[in-house]
Amino acid sequence: MSFVPPSDPVNKKQVKVSQLCELCRCRKAIIRRPKNLQKICKSCFFHVFETEIHNTIVNNNLFYRGEKVAIGASGGKDSTVLAYVLKLLNDRYDYGIELVLLSIDEGIVGYRDDSLATVKRNQVQYGLPLEIISYRELYDWTMDEIVACAGVRSSCTYCGVFRRQALDRGSSKLGISHVVTGHNADDMAETVLMNILRGDVARLEKSTAIITQSSGSPIKRSKPFKYSYQKEIVLYAHYKKLDYFSTECSYAPEAFRGTARELMKNLEMVRPSCIIDIIHSGENLVLKPKKPKRTGTPKQMEVRTDGSVSLGFVDGNKCEKCGYLSSNRICKACMLLEGLENNRAKVTLDNDTSTQGTARLTRTLESLKF
Amino acid sequence: MVTVKVEFLGGLDVIFDKQRIHMVNVDSSETPTVKDLIDYIVKNMIRNPNDVDVFIENGTIRPGILTLINDTDWELEGGEEYELEDGDVISFTSTLHGG
Repeated sequence: MSFVPPSDPVNKKQVKVSQLCELCRCRKAIIRRPKNLQKICKSCFFHVFETEIHNTIVNNNLFYRGEKVAIGASGGKDSTVLAYVLKLLNDRYDYGIELVLLSIDEGIVGYRDDSLATVKRNQVQYGLPLEIISYRELYDWTMDEIVACAGVRSSCTYCGVFRRQALDRGSSKLGISHVVTGHNADDMAETVLMNILRGDVARLEKSTAIITQSSGSPIKRSKPFKYSYQKEIVLYAHYKKLDYFSTECSYAPEAFRGTARELMKNLEMVRPSCIIDIIHSGENLVLKPKKPKRTGTPKQMEVRTDGSVSLGFVDGNKCEKCGYLSSNRICKACMLLEGLENNRAKVTLDNDTSTQGTARLTRTLESLKF
Repeated sequence: MVTVKVEFLGGLDVIFDKQRIHMVNVDSSETPTVKDLIDYIVKNMIRNPNDVDVFIENGTIRPGILTLINDTDWELEGGEEYELEDGDVISFTSTLHGG
């Protein structure tokens, strides 16, 4: 699959004064910014989009000179634009950081293999080194095998837990302690909304942090696109003719996030600034401190089915099995792996390819009619 | 009759035979508008009726799909009322896929 850039328009018309860019007043406005409804031209759009990200980086001290930074690259629109813009800003403002593309290969035939091809083209286009870490080498399972074993329903649970660790492990391997991801303003507002809808107060307060780091983890994560609208990211990629991959994952998308996304898109139609407003609200929410628990009575401990116990949240606690940061005795990934291992087929056939593209097959079967 | 170039980007091409670029003749009225083009697309170009909801919601382009007329946001060109001209490039880009 190769990249076909969008076509350039050929019809050039006379521009009316009312159509001029509100910033430079000399070119035709082509977009209305969702943040403030300002009508601006292409050059001004590039300038404000890039400068806002630069300001976010500087105001939050995201980088220091000489830092090695891994870009979590999926080949999708957000990470592609992120790689492009960070490279550009690093050159323009001389942050002095060293950028590396870090991709995770979950092992989803017909989805990830195609998107990794995009990342490989980006590697050449932007001249950045690329490291690919696969679930296969880390966990000895591919997502296709996991789905064949555990079903499509829980695929996102497995994938999410494993990917989080995989990004950390990948960057450790490269000697990098900072991973940037392409999460945008829409994603963040969605998360805030989702946590509110679920009543998940514990996550609510943390959900708008631009940098996340736990004291025991050597890896910090940040989101330079925290204030960038999805719409503007897609437009930026469109006007710059960036090569990105745009197919929904073959496994079922997260249903609840889908609902929150729909709700937000509808809110955005009525009031485009609501995305940034939700983030602002989220940032300013401070939870009242929890009432101290009564002491003296013997503490009850929840014992899980696998025998592990919750220690409450202890920052810096390590998993007994793999040494990865975990709030429990055994980390979530190891727990999931244990469950999977018990169900692994005892006998394997040579050259067995039946699990490859399980998602596609499931989809095809689902749409069959008799 | 007006001939325009229609592009389905950001993954939207899956409901149009995986073809990103289409040349479309719209001849519904003397001065066809984008509204006529959308009706034409829904009627003649979406093969699977189940896919219409991917493109249309409440009678118009679904929120989350960016519509550009000659690379300009269609809101600034009069939206559905924009009168098509020969050679116009109309693009529909989905923003709803993963990043």
